[in-house]
Amino acid sequence: MIDWLVPAFLTIVTAATPLVFAALGETVVEKAGVLNLGVEGMMIMGAIAAFATAVSTDSGLLAVLAGAGAGALIALIFGVLTVYLQSNQVATGLALTIFGLGLSALIGHSYVGKTFDGLPKLNILGISDIPVIGPLLFGHDGLVYFSVLSVGLVAWFLTRTRAGLLIRAVGENHDAAHSIGYSVTLIRMGAILFGGAMAGIGGAYLSVSYTPLWVENMTAGRGWIALALVVFASWKPWRGFFGAYLFGGITIIQLYAQGMGVEVSAQFLSMLPYIATILVLVIISRDSAKARLNAPACLGKNFHASG
Amino acid sequence: MRITSRLTAIASGAILAVGISSAAQAQLKIGFVYVGPIGDHGWSYEHNEGRLAIEKALGAKVSTTYVEKVPEGADAQRVISKLASSGHGLIFTTSFGYMNPTLKAAKRFPKVKFEHATGFKRSKNVSTYSARFYEGRYVVGKIVGNMTKSNVIGYIGSFPIPEVIRGINATYLAAKSVNPKIKIKVVWVSTWFDPGKEADAAKTLIDQGADVIMQHTDSPAPVQVAQQRGVWAVGQASDMTNFGKKAHLTSIIDNWGPYYVARAKAVLDGSWKSTDTWDGFKPGMVQLADYNTAIPASVIALAKATRAGITAGTINPFAGEIKDQSGKVRVKAGEKADDGLLAGMNFYVHGLDGSIPK
Repeated sequence: MIDWLVPAFLTIVTAATPLVFAALGETVVEKAGVLNLGVEGMMIMGAIAAFATAVSTDSGLLAVLAGAGAGALIALIFGVLTVYLQSNQVATGLALTIFGLGLSALIGHSYVGKTFDGLPKLNILGISDIPVIGPLLFGHDGLVYFSVLSVGLVAWFLTRTRAGLLIRAVGENHDAAHSIGYSVTLIRMGAILFGGAMAGIGGAYLSVSYTPLWVENMTAGRGWIALALVVFASWKPWRGFFGAYLFGGITIIQLYAQGMGVEVSAQFLSMLPYIATILVLVIISRDSAKARLNAPACLGKNFHASG
Repeated sequence: MRITSRLTAIASGAILAVGISSAAQAQLKIGFVYVGPIGDHGWSYEHNEGRLAIEKALGAKVSTTYVEKVPEGADAQRVISKLASSGHGLIFTTSFGYMNPTLKAAKRFPKVKFEHATGFKRSKNVSTYSARFYEGRYVVGKIVGNMTKSNVIGYIGSFPIPEVIRGINATYLAAKSVNPKIKIKVVWVSTWFDPGKEADAAKTLIDQGADVIMQHTDSPAPVQVAQQRGVWAVGQASDMTNFGKKAHLTSIIDNWGPYYVARAKAVLDGSWKSTDTWDGFKPGMVQLADYNTAIPASVIALAKATRAGITAGTINPFAGEIKDQSGKVRVKAGEKADDGLLAGMNFYVHGLDGSIPK
């Protein structure tokens, strides 16, 4: 049993990591009261930017930075449109996804069919060869460790720092935050850019580590799953992290079950992750007062500085 | 003298004008509708290669237009009608789901010729065409049966439709003929294209003992995983050598070019008729990428002989006796599976493990 559990878990890690990044970024954005449905678009832009950089510079670090930059750049467009020009957040986010998918296809045209070796697997303390524990804990690539670190930092930042408190204040009641002198627009822009950068890194993970290649539309809906995860986790970073692993886990376990000849229909097994999401949504919103307590009160509402 | 030269000038001008107008009349506008992006490195990419083959072969006699990423359904109807109404004389609609939109457009534009890929409904001005990819899979089966050491072939399936099941059966029958211990593990991913999920399925199969990965999905991700893990892989739809030079045994390639050129020529010389084409190796509609040099010479010889046999008609992948999993005889000894049985194949052959998802 243990001989297939370890590789299964390693596969789950790679399936979960892009979701962790994208969901974490979106959590911060939504905590600031902004609903950005453009995660898919930002991810795919991160993926092509990272892959193009990886192919031309052969540097994994530069590739990830390029991915973060591209995600943030697309997020900047969203921020200017919604925060400064007051456009509708839902419509703008959807447009951003379509824009990102199209633009990435255009840029990526000459990268179809190219390959990159992928990020190197680290060998922390030189002990990744120890059976079971070695590959599980010490043998991933750098981005996996960075994803765990980011979740910890964001959780700490949101709950334990003054800046984190401000972000939450803007998300809960932007008028009150404004009236005591904080710049709602600047704080929201900051959160949006961070969210874009994280989605971009999630996309970069896809194109330089998970499957180091470029093909159009390679995110294949992961941005939407990340959006669902944020609600699933009731806007808590660590819950989002475990949600991503649960989600990745169900996906991978169903593949293993098929390979072992378990007689369950593949279509049903493919549905499982989504059913789990719906179930959790039902459970957490059963108590409407509690659900309202979890969701940022100003989520999706534009802010007009009046008077 | 002067007058004659002027007359000559006028005459040659007139001839030139006639020449231009007749060229304009003869130039055939050909439209293509693709379901995916041409950059998918798979299905739509190969149809576009077919379009380029027409341009190369017929040059100024034709001009081509394509529309990519057209969803199956109402949008397809609009795109096809738009192509037909804007002067295209021949239109290729290259996905199964374009079947009804193509037939509707064909009714409205009776002078336009339509070619629908993988469909089964025809009319006076609608032809259908598809490729016998299973012939390629049969040759591949002979190779993988010899190359595997663990006797487990990992097979990534998209959806349990006859086309995919035919491929699994053809692979198994061929592999079994050279390696009686062979097993095929099938994992269904319920998508034609999701590089991440295809990679996960490949990893899963390798973890469970497969040392050859085959796929009936469109992204090159499984070949890449096989390369990383040091096992063999077989590519799908287009040549995937680049994604894993060591792992890549061969790829089954869709080659639409010769058919497309022939159909365009038929429209140009007026011999076009509504037909149903289901071609394999023989006219080159199905091809195989260069064999990996790591394959032993005897295996390559076997693969070449099998391919030559199929091309010549002496080998039939679905020659009887073929039983299904329950032991019921589906093709009698001495007979061959007819196209009806092949087109609707919904059973695993005897010896395959697992069951087809319902």
